[in-house]
Amino acid sequence: MDIISPFLSGLTVFVLAVFVGYYVVWKVTPALHSPLMSVTNAISSVIIVGAVLAAGSAQDTLTQAFAFVAVVIASINIFGGFVVTRRMLEMFNKKK
Amino acid sequence: MNANLSALAYIISSVCFILALQGLSSAKTSQRGLTFGIAGMALAIGTTLMSPIVSSYGWIISGIILGGVIGTSIAKKIQMTALPQLVAAFHSLIGLAAVCVAAAALLEPYAFNIGTVGSIAPASLVEMGLGVAIGAITFTGSVVAFAKLQGLVSGNPLIFTGQHPLNALLGILLVVLIGFFATSESHSLFWSITFISLLLGFLLILPIGGADMPVVISMLNSYSGWAAVGIGFTLGNTLLIITGALVGASGAILSYIMCKGMNRSILNIILGGFGGDHTKVLAQGGKEQRAYKTGSSEDAGFIMKNAKSLIIVPGYGMAVAQAQHALREVSDILKREGVKVRYAIHPVAGRMPGHMNVLLAEANVPYEDVLELEDINRDFGQTDVAFVIGANDVTNPAAKTDPKSPIFGMPILDVDKAKTVLFVKRSMAPGYAGVDNELFYKDNTLMLFGDAKKMCEEIIKSLEE
Repeated sequence: MDIISPFLSGLTVFVLAVFVGYYVVWKVTPALHSPLMSVTNAISSVIIVGAVLAAGSAQDTLTQAFAFVAVVIASINIFGGFVVTRRMLEMFNKKK
Repeated sequence: MNANLSALAYIISSVCFILALQGLSSAKTSQRGLTFGIAGMALAIGTTLMSPIVSSYGWIISGIILGGVIGTSIAKKIQMTALPQLVAAFHSLIGLAAVCVAAAALLEPYAFNIGTVGSIAPASLVEMGLGVAIGAITFTGSVVAFAKLQGLVSGNPLIFTGQHPLNALLGILLVVLIGFFATSESHSLFWSITFISLLLGFLLILPIGGADMPVVISMLNSYSGWAAVGIGFTLGNTLLIITGALVGASGAILSYIMCKGMNRSILNIILGGFGGDHTKVLAQGGKEQRAYKTGSSEDAGFIMKNAKSLIIVPGYGMAVAQAQHALREVSDILKREGVKVRYAIHPVAGRMPGHMNVLLAEANVPYEDVLELEDINRDFGQTDVAFVIGANDVTNPAAKTDPKSPIFGMPILDVDKAKTVLFVKRSMAPGYAGVDNELFYKDNTLMLFGDAKKMCEEIIKSLEE
């Protein structure tokens, strides 16, 4: 049997994930659209996974530099995105 | 950690991210959702650190600490009115990170199991080209959006002749270059792709006006997701593909909601030119001055106090004037007097989706008092007073009655149906769309001229007397 190309298995995952995203996001209440945006911001910085792999194995200084920059800015996003989202959600959940 | 085990951990991370978004379906579950999101991210990073290919930790750990300190301190200090800028800046960072990761993958592909230098598979190169292109467009596009929101450059659309053909040409050029790059693995082609994409991102957002920023931000949110997808395909990492797809879908849906809120097509917004500070201001010389009624803060206080019900319609002007706290005090006093006070939020109020809700929540306005357009619009007919503060176009009846108006067809809050309309405004100048508002000249409308915050403070004074 042929082996399915890695692109196609990636595509399968991608298409299904778009559908999951579509249904989950329509359920989000409009009042929380700003936190939605900041939390998606934080989680799309999961790109840091690629940066960590590169930074941990780089041989060359230039690669190391790119990887380091990517780790730093992705971390800014992860921490910044989660912290600002938490701040907002706390405002929505304040005790009256 | 072996590859199967880490793949398993990545699946758990993906599920955590989905739960984080799902939590946002209500305020109550949202904080638990966020905890899932953070856990998912910690798991993803931890798993990657334990991957056998990662042999040195110094740079990684110091990078995470450095980024973490910067990110946390910015996020703690930022004012909620400046939230749109912050989000735009964060989007630009994701774009830049995507570019850096793609560059690292090109220079040392064996770290990602996609071959060795000079023999990366063409399919991986296409993915890499796409990833770097989307990342670069997201980066410069978001930088422009940030500059516009922060007021560093004019919010006016910047248009020059040949703009659209130029963008189209650059787009085609990109596709061609990615094709050549896939067959040659040429580093100079990679950098050409990066450079053209940077330029394209810049040119794409420049012509879009300040009033369309809610759409632009949502669009860039979506792009940042697709950039992660591109890198996910390049590295063959399903976690990146899944997360990127979630974010991409989320941004696309928000763009759609914002477009619908303005009754404009996404294409119309991307092509730009709308929503500047001085677009098509009606030729006022030819028109006679129309009569309108003005009132003082005492009048407003009197009317509000004697009303049974009041709906507040806040807009971006309220946020600019930082009037949300004073406004909440007004509603607190009125509630004690037995007035039923609620807030009506238009989908495009503020500078990003849901911005107005955050500002009101910050000012301690109870969550249940804040209603979306479709939930409250029918109630204006039975309401004594509509208090419009810092909003304009979203209340303009011309959107329903005048097919020639540029905002015709836009869903509006039916403020004109209320018995009395109190309209806080700095002057008679038109709103972003550059159209006159019929509402100002109605018999039951009282114009309150002045700064939104000062007006609220004066109303508080007159209410307390």
